Amino acid sequence: MNIAVLSGKGGTGKTTISTNLALLLKANYIDCDVEEPNGFIFLKPEYITKQYVEVEIPEIDEENCTLCGRCVEICKFNALAKAKDKIILFDKLCHSCGACILACPIDAIKFTKRTIGVIEQGKKGEILLKRGLLNIGEPISVPILKELLKDLPEEEINLLDSPPGTSCNVVNVLNYADIAILVTEPTAFGLHDLKMAVELVKRLNIPFGLIINKYDENNLYLKEYIEEEGIKIVGYLPYKKEIAEAYSKGKILIEEKEYKDAFKNIANNIKEVLL
Amino acid sequence: MRLAVISGKGGTGKTTIATSIAELENGSVRIDADVEASNMYLYYTGKDMDKEYFSASQVAYVDLSLCNQCGICNEICKFDAIDLGKVNELKCEGCGACIISCPEKAITLVEEKTADIYRTEIPNGNIFRAKMEIGADGSGLLISHLREKAEEYGKNTLTILDGSPGIGCPVIASITGNHWVLIVTEPTKSGFEDFLRVYELTKHFNIPAMVCINKYDINEEVTAEIEDYCKKNNIPLVGKIPFDETIVQSINELKPIIYYENSKANQAIRNMWKKMKEDYLKI
Repeated sequence: MNIAVLSGKGGTGKTTISTNLALLLKANYIDCDVEEPNGFIFLKPEYITKQYVEVEIPEIDEENCTLCGRCVEICKFNALAKAKDKIILFDKLCHSCGACILACPIDAIKFTKRTIGVIEQGKKGEILLKRGLLNIGEPISVPILKELLKDLPEEEINLLDSPPGTSCNVVNVLNYADIAILVTEPTAFGLHDLKMAVELVKRLNIPFGLIINKYDENNLYLKEYIEEEGIKIVGYLPYKKEIAEAYSKGKILIEEKEYKDAFKNIANNIKEVLL
Repeated sequence: MRLAVISGKGGTGKTTIATSIAELENGSVRIDADVEASNMYLYYTGKDMDKEYFSASQVAYVDLSLCNQCGICNEICKFDAIDLGKVNELKCEGCGACIISCPEKAITLVEEKTADIYRTEIPNGNIFRAKMEIGADGSGLLISHLREKAEEYGKNTLTILDGSPGIGCPVIASITGNHWVLIVTEPTKSGFEDFLRVYELTKHFNIPAMVCINKYDINEEVTAEIEDYCKKNNIPLVGKIPFDETIVQSINELKPIIYYENSKANQAIRNMWKKMKEDYLKI
């Protein structure tokens, strides 16, 4: 069972919620924000192992290449260019699709490998902690996500702390999700971003519930939209400066009773409403 | 002068700060480059002047009357996006490998909509923004295109770009070609880590960076660590903005923070912009 935690936007509390829930539910925690993963700061894994993530890129046999340029024409990502006496590869633009290999009339291209990041895996007690880290300067993180999310233990709960936004990276995480928890905050911006996240999970047909972070009962920004859309609320976290302070120190919230209760409530609601 | 505001992470205050700076510099051109979740334009009631369809990618289209269900495309596709003539548009990257391999020539590529892009006229300038299709690909190309469009309007003035989170393709497209980058960070353990990663990115692309610490007083210890790091690495620290509840009010009233006279953040941002201009940007 994979539960994706997402928000449309950064800074709404995805990591706070997924790390605390992971501890409470004894669920595995998978940090999918591979551009800026933060979950390990809070969960402090032990026994970390590393595995490098490689992508395939074309290697051109320069001796045999006739410079016909078919590979350059076929590449939709402008990753290949024809110079005077050779074909140049811009490896960061390559999507590893293999079209150039298929297009080459003399089989002068084969795949070779290149590292774009790393997957780290550790333990905290019984639970499994995993994250992907994209190398600085690399534009494409999808291959790391795919590697990170394959072969997760199916019989356990895996919390997928998603990247922000609603585009390809998030879609790739949601491809592995059975249910989703959306996180929002009750502001004009929060509502705007929530609508996009809702549209995305609906389009992908993923059952979902909502957590309102920084909740303030006087602030009714989201109420109308939630009612109109019939969105299930699975919990609230209050707006408090001390939460920001605890977060700043890398502390886990459920060590304090008040927050433990809030998270217990969220965990129960997830079980009742979504599972 | 082209300045990009980035942060590594969402929620650090990029939009608040970029919008404030744009307001302080009359006539500046604004680019809302967080194309997946653009918020900057929400501050303004302007008039949409140009609306343009933009496509940065293609998807495979199968003519089922020609398809003989041989399944070769299934095997060839590296993205698991095609199955006996049925295309999963969210997975398809538009590479065209299936076209080459199809014995019946049943497959073509069709344009996929990435976004609508807008130039919006507001009382004191222009704002360029995009409304991206949910789940679309190609945000880097989209940002480059937005920036090209903005270029004609920003020749003699400040162009300020409100960047997207992360360090991947949209951020790379946001920062390259700028004169300066302002990194907004916050004094949390994760904020510091995010800052280090995004700072490495600016170094990688050789774009000079300056730093501002938002909500600096929520953790003075980490603030000191960031200050220390900046000093050691000769990164100009141009501002420290205090935690200010007026920010939430400003967001909900959709009025930039610099219009709240008594707000602490307002004063700090004004001071920061003065310093940035006098000491570094030379405008």
